[in-house]
Amino acid sequence: MAEVSTQGLSRIPDTGPGPLALYGRFVSQSIRATLQYRLSFVLMALGYFVTSGVEALGVWALFDRFGMLGRWSLAEVALLYGMVNVAFPISEALARGFDIFGQEFVKTGNFDRVLLRPRSTVLQLAGHEFQIHRIGRLLQGLIVLGIAMWLLPVEWTVWRLALMAFTILSGVVFFYALFIFQAALSFWTVESLEIMNTLTYGGVETAQYPLAIYQPGFRRFFTFVVPLGCISYFPAVAILGIEDPLGSTLWMQVAAPLAGYLFFAVSLVAWRFGIRHYTSTGS
Amino acid sequence: MSEPYIVVNDLAKRFQIAERDPGLWGALKGIARRRYRTVEALHGVSFEIGRGDLVGYIGPNGAGKSTTIKILSGILVPSGGTCEVAGLTPWQSRVEHVARIGVVFGQRTQLWWDLPVVESFELLRDIYRVPQAHYVRERDELVELLDLVPLLDVPVRQLSLGQRMRSDLAASLLHDPEILFLDEPTIGLDAVSKLAMRDFIRRRNTERGTTVLLTTHDMDDVEALCSRVMLINHGTLLMDGTVADLRSDRRRVVVDFSEPVALAAHHSALVRSSSGERIVFEVQSRVPEFVAEVTAAYPVQDLMVEHPPIEETVAALYQQVRSVDGTGIRE
Repeated sequence: MAEVSTQGLSRIPDTGPGPLALYGRFVSQSIRATLQYRLSFVLMALGYFVTSGVEALGVWALFDRFGMLGRWSLAEVALLYGMVNVAFPISEALARGFDIFGQEFVKTGNFDRVLLRPRSTVLQLAGHEFQIHRIGRLLQGLIVLGIAMWLLPVEWTVWRLALMAFTILSGVVFFYALFIFQAALSFWTVESLEIMNTLTYGGVETAQYPLAIYQPGFRRFFTFVVPLGCISYFPAVAILGIEDPLGSTLWMQVAAPLAGYLFFAVSLVAWRFGIRHYTSTGS
Repeated sequence: MSEPYIVVNDLAKRFQIAERDPGLWGALKGIARRRYRTVEALHGVSFEIGRGDLVGYIGPNGAGKSTTIKILSGILVPSGGTCEVAGLTPWQSRVEHVARIGVVFGQRTQLWWDLPVVESFELLRDIYRVPQAHYVRERDELVELLDLVPLLDVPVRQLSLGQRMRSDLAASLLHDPEILFLDEPTIGLDAVSKLAMRDFIRRRNTERGTTVLLTTHDMDDVEALCSRVMLINHGTLLMDGTVADLRSDRRRVVVDFSEPVALAAHHSALVRSSSGERIVFEVQSRVPEFVAEVTAAYPVQDLMVEHPPIEETVAALYQQVRSVDGTGIRE
């Protein structure tokens, strides 16, 4: 093969914004774009607050009718519900690029453009859109969480609060990973995404209730395969300071949220496979 | 040709296309068991492009043009062969590679739909890490040359196609790439926009020495811009030469007679069309002799000799190969 000239070419400047700064740019751009249509933003946020609020009322109505869910009180379930409903809307707001990836990037071929830019694909998709109106659900989650904290006969020590914050953060990471998984899957098929929806939206529903009330097979799935229980149920048990009917120890409960990060790492591997598939098939 | 800058060797690309029978039953069967059909988009394409060259890449729809461009720009991995662009294998060093190239797809925009043009430019500045001083210089020059001043604050979705293409071209050049891939950059443009586009591409090539590979269906683009043309069909290069090579040696002679004539059959020319007193002949060689004969034998009012449109030659080339091999679908 002939000699190829490389002279004068190696100039990817080291200056310019790093990944985080660029991400910040994307996010602020997106927020500004959203706020151009202020009324539409307010209505969407409000709508989201109301629909998810109705859901919370449904849970309350359930308890009002039956008193307890097995051994679980309303306040205990509200803690789970609150933590999940704070974590999920944050992921939803941040992971929009992955959420709509199949429709907006694979089907349209717009992913080519992502590949044509000298930045990580994950960074570009993460920065695709920041859905600030998800704040509606976040607000609802915070209210429920506040009520739970007020109702629970638990002393809110620093470590309890820290564990709660850690759990919520891990939840954000976990749900984000689900969105990345969903996106990775759409490299192969856009049609089967309903399955993933059962995991994301269905996952939120599932995690709102104590894992202990479900069937063993279901419980195992949501502990070891899709570690939903690890970012809600197990740490919640530790926060409540109760004996786990499933028999987990305290250190397991405290360490459980780490599974969210592991799951995130696995989803990035899946993403890589997806890209490899895309670049070899071009569709 | 100057030093080789893009070297493509025996490039092949096969696609597996899932086949599906029509209808609901077909869709269901497709889930259970997929049948695949292999389509060979490229087989054994080799060429070299020198630094600073401006090369046209033509071929009918589905010939393999876009596949080649995608491989060269690092978004598609070939099934075989090698390819080096300025010393890098595109798909192996994606980030490094794409920082040095600019790509324009005529059918798609790379601008942010809801943002004013200038904000898209600023995002690209940050994405490509263009230092502010460079950015300002490049932007100002592009804005001037492509006449973008009135467009800068307009959201992209409100631009006309011509305006959008000019903005897109500018967007792909803000980081001053050394290589520019243009995939049908003039598609759908009006005459004025086309001319402006061509003029700009030519200037960029001569003044900056930007290496350009351009695919198009518009032979006027090729004639106006490219010293070299590669013609591909069914994944194989059919021709790699100059624009002159595409021109046939035939001439077209348009004759206006002063009165209706009965033509003698012995003239060494084909009659391509005749309407009233005007007859268009196609002459293979000896044009002066033919003209002399006609003017001597008939009352001629006016006479024109011209090249047949290059499209016809190219279409004939496309046809030729279709009869040899009837497969190959995908672009």
